[in-house]
Amino acid sequence: MHVPDGFLDAPTSVATGVVAAAGVGLALRKARAELDDRTAPMAGLVATFVFATQMLNFPVGLGTSGHLLGGALAAVLVGPWTGILSVSVVLLVQALLLADGGITALGTNITLMSLVGLVVGWLVFRGLQRVLPKRVGLVPVLAAAGAFVSVPAAALAFTGLYAVGGTAPIPLDTLAAAMLGWHTLIGVGEAVITGLVVGSVVAVRPDLVYGARPALAVRTLEIRSDAGASA
Amino acid sequence: MSRTVRTRTFLVVGLAVAMLLAGVVSYYASSHPDGLEHVAEQAGFADTAEESATADGPLADYRVKGVEDDRAAGGLAGVVGAAAVLALSLGLVHLVRRRGSRTGEPSAGPSPDPATVPDNGRATDPEGSRHADAERGPLDGRR
Repeated sequence: MHVPDGFLDAPTSVATGVVAAAGVGLALRKARAELDDRTAPMAGLVATFVFATQMLNFPVGLGTSGHLLGGALAAVLVGPWTGILSVSVVLLVQALLLADGGITALGTNITLMSLVGLVVGWLVFRGLQRVLPKRVGLVPVLAAAGAFVSVPAAALAFTGLYAVGGTAPIPLDTLAAAMLGWHTLIGVGEAVITGLVVGSVVAVRPDLVYGARPALAVRTLEIRSDAGASA
Repeated sequence: MSRTVRTRTFLVVGLAVAMLLAGVVSYYASSHPDGLEHVAEQAGFADTAEESATADGPLADYRVKGVEDDRAAGGLAGVVGAAAVLALSLGLVHLVRRRGSRTGEPSAGPSPDPATVPDNGRATDPEGSRHADAERGPLDGRR
């Protein structure tokens, strides 16, 4: 969903640039609390993995493809603020080195994928985690649910930006329907990949998954209380 | 309780998988337009896209310039791009943590643009804890 230069007019691109700068600036402050000796190298690994996986376009219907956005994945693995930094680095390198996504559209792409997609994915994940039983085994499923919602959310945000600053007169309802339709399908792929990756890490090292910490804390308490009951 | 995989092993294997995806598996990715490109074509605004200012760069469009073989050109661009992402993200995270450990210093209004992150050579090392140790020496000396 990398927006090229020219889709949005200059004022809109400047505005999304300001939003992106503010979001990344806030993430730079807040990520500090999420980062320790264990999560810091994970942030690098997650960014690299998201970059690699974004190259793997999977077919969606006839003649169309989609790829992982990675916002929900990054947020669940390393925390939302660190995730924003990781995905923003991916988008920066793609724009500067690989000409994937425009330069003037960098703020738009950070806003759509690193902020809207990631934050929506994270909120869905956390919201579900709050109301459902805190089980480590549920973490990949909740991550997949967040991932599924994050893609149409980013697509809808693009439609909103296009309504404000699109450079061609496109009927808004047509655009919204097309963007939502295709990106709901891509969201299924996003959910599958996110679920598999988070599931793999949870199976091997659940302590390295930021989003699994509440469930791990509950599990530790249960083990302790079991031990206490049998003593 | 499952057997524990050492953090270092986990990171090295994870990184190897990422490089394999970027360098080899990416060749088999679908080359069809993605969702946004497809919608832009259908709705009739695909032609408003302008060429990126970096479109003539050495890695533009995930192909290393001058390499004829498709597989090599794409795979190499993927690996170099992934290495750049790794170096920048580790460098950025390192800076965020170092800034946090210096209490009392006024925050110097850091640019939110990750491009300004110095490319610390050691940032490419996936073992983050070692940098922290390496950095603490000179810092403590300054105090």
